[in-house]
Amino acid sequence: MAVTVTPQQLIEALRAGDRRALARAITLVENREPAGEAILQSLYPLTGNAFIVGVTGAPGVGKSTLVSALIDAYRQRGARVGVIAVDPSSPFSGGAILGDRIRLAGSRRDEGVYFRSLSNRGQVGGLSRATGDIIHVLDAAGFDVIIVETVGAGQSEVEIMRYAHTVLVLTAPGLGDDVQASKAGILEIGDIFVVNKADREGADRTASELRHMISLAPQGDGDAWKPPVILTVASTGQGIDDLVAAIEQHREYLKDRDTLARRRRQLVERHLGELVSERLLAALQRAAGDRWRQAVDEVVARRRSPADAVRRLLSDVDVLAGLAREAGSGGGDPVEA
Amino acid sequence: MDRPIRVLVAKPGMDAHDRGAKVIARAFRDAGMEVIYTGLRQTPQAIVDAAVDEDVDVVGLSILSGAHNTLVPRIMDLLRQAGLDDVVVVVGGIIPDDDIPALKAAGVAEVFGPGSDLDRIVEFVRQAVRERQRIG
Ligand SMILES: Nc1nc2c(ncn2[C@@H]2O[C@H](COP(=O)(O)OP(=O)(O)O)[C@@H](O)[C@H]2O)c(=O)[nH]1
Ligand SMILES: [Mg+2]
Repeated sequence: MAVTVTPQQLIEALRAGDRRALARAITLVENREPAGEAILQSLYPLTGNAFIVGVTGAPGVGKSTLVSALIDAYRQRGARVGVIAVDPSSPFSGGAILGDRIRLAGSRRDEGVYFRSLSNRGQVGGLSRATGDIIHVLDAAGFDVIIVETVGAGQSEVEIMRYAHTVLVLTAPGLGDDVQASKAGILEIGDIFVVNKADREGADRTASELRHMISLAPQGDGDAWKPPVILTVASTGQGIDDLVAAIEQHREYLKDRDTLARRRRQLVERHLGELVSERLLAALQRAAGDRWRQAVDEVVARRRSPADAVRRLLSDVDVLAGLAREAGSGGGDPVEA
Repeated sequence: MDRPIRVLVAKPGMDAHDRGAKVIARAFRDAGMEVIYTGLRQTPQAIVDAAVDEDVDVVGLSILSGAHNTLVPRIMDLLRQAGLDDVVVVVGGIIPDDDIPALKAAGVAEVFGPGSDLDRIVEFVRQAVRERQRIG
């Protein structure tokens, strides 16, 4: 595309349903280009209408297949669906193979579905930030439901799932140990548990194990949400209507209890906190210059503890004066480590 | 930020296996690219829709079935209709030499036969994307 378009033109086009403009805007946002920042800024007032569903679980349990079934179910109900498939695994080259699209029922053309694959580009915290920003773009573009798929393996997934209103945690029979292993972080973030591959032997047992574990989890007050366990066969669509009904119930629950507003406040607070630390760090590094590198050297050589080095940096009046100047100047990405 | 090149690796037509497509997908990945892999038996329209959604720089088509003379021009047409004239398209698979000029005339940047050197393909793609970005 040799024509250059302004962020404003992109926004108008994507609001009018131009997918190419939407895709381009998402790229700019993901890459954190200045135009991307401008797009986010203009779109932000238009967000807040989408319902966001997170789907997580071990590789191979059927997340992508389930997402495809959910897309169909929501389309039948007239909702427009955006999907972000996040694959955080990538080798040192920084490259990635993103294969979640394979499960998308491929040949059907549908203007009401947008699907985007996202990889980890090695930035710490960058993946969940990018996911959150892309959710905003899809939200402003008018998608009613936004589904985020990610492998349930670590901190970044838990982070990403914070953006969701309803988190589905998937398991499948025959992963026995996996249910155990996933107990730690995953049990707390699940609003609905799905035992997929219910056509396989052991599904009922996996479901009752899950129910048992959920019953052992600390209970909230009387009307606190009790995560249901739903059995599905994602590849045939069996159980999907029950699942959509459960998601709907959770959505009602959130609305009634004002939990949505509270969650959103927490999210915004975290987001602002992240932005402030990121900007302050970048400003400090610029302001401190050699002194920053010196501090790193000293800790590497174990002449100082990290806390001591930081205390020294932050009590250096020259650094502080520079920081005040730099932080005020606004823009700028953190220095690459 | 130096953003990675995004490549869609797609298999149009009725090929029974995708070993070759997976080999090239891994080569692109190992060269630091982000590869979106769509699996077997994609229609031209589905491939172009995926290229639009994923905002890729490159589309790599793997075709063994012999149907390249109909599939490739169709895909090039749909890409143009979608406004993706700037996407670099490379074709791999079993393509007789005689068919190559027509594919290039349809807008394909390069055709790579069986046993093509993977490093050469990666380097070609990198160079082609760089050139298009300079023009664009
Ligand atoms: N038997 C059975 N297989 C399924 C079901 N859901 C998905 N699969 C298969 O499980 C494999 C992994 O599915 P995928 O959706 O890619 O899993 P993901 O890695 O969690 O996204 C694929 O071969 C699917 O066809 C199911 O309900 N029953
Ligand atoms: Mg998947």
